[in-house]
Amino acid sequence: MIPIKSEEDLKMLKKSGKILFKIMHRLKKFIRAGVSTIEIDRLAEKLIKDENVISAFKGYNGFPANICTSVNEEVVHGIPGQKMLKDGDIISLDAGINYKGYLSDVAITLPVGRIDSKLQKLIEVTRNALSQGIKQARINNHLSDISYAIQTYVESQGFSVVRQFVGHGIGYNLHEDPQIPNFGLPHQGEVLKKGMVLAIEPMVNMGTWECKILDNGWTAVTKDGFPSAHFEHTVAITEAGPEILTN
Amino acid sequence: MAKEELIETEGKVIEALPNAMFRVELENGHRVLAHVSGKMRMNFIRILPGDKVKLELSPYDLSRGRITFRVKA
Repeated sequence: MIPIKSEEDLKMLKKSGKILFKIMHRLKKFIRAGVSTIEIDRLAEKLIKDENVISAFKGYNGFPANICTSVNEEVVHGIPGQKMLKDGDIISLDAGINYKGYLSDVAITLPVGRIDSKLQKLIEVTRNALSQGIKQARINNHLSDISYAIQTYVESQGFSVVRQFVGHGIGYNLHEDPQIPNFGLPHQGEVLKKGMVLAIEPMVNMGTWECKILDNGWTAVTKDGFPSAHFEHTVAITEAGPEILTN
Repeated sequence: MAKEELIETEGKVIEALPNAMFRVELENGHRVLAHVSGKMRMNFIRILPGDKVKLELSPYDLSRGRITFRVKA
């Protein structure tokens, strides 16, 4: 059953999303060649502390950092470490915070320096796929309408959608019902209602959709070594349509 | 943070193979090749044939799994 949030909850979730957006905006400015992923995590830790909120990721099922830093062929759940960014890389940043018990989750993929046009297209298509998915997050649509919109758009652009990882409900916990795949047939699954809060996150691969998980038990990489991009927003379903909370 | 789409099941470890891999028999009789999750490895949790374990299987490859928990017998 997908939890329905009250008006009060939605107000708090909006505040949570706003703070997270602010943090992500600052992290975005920090990305450039020569920076290591652990430095990005340290900055995230400082920003999170300054905003008086708690990281939703650190300690979650044992995750060791405040954010996920996934570079090039890393799809999701990259663990910040000694890896240094270089010109031509793309990096996906995924962050989540807990503001007074209200969780929000956001992700963006950024270029490092100058990147080639195919990588640029990958990032743009993934960003657009998220918009396409959000547009379907309306009252009386089915859950899989979001999935179908994302899949058809991404595949029409020549890329593939990751199957192994999914979006999710969010609010009082980081991962709540439902699971929101980025692929599927339309008009299936639960009917969307006012008060649902969903974290929609298309993950798009340049090559095959298949991924494998590294020995650290967390980081997923593309099976063929081609790059992957990821965008995510926390979205509330309202009478006026989808409302992006991480804004 | 993306959630992993998985099926959680339980099974019994039948055989220990090299590289921390195990053959596990599920309740429905299927045998899968499973590896030990990184989290279990990090905490030095040992698995022996005969142990009952919890597994995660990807719906895209039902012949392979990840052992995530050893149930206390």
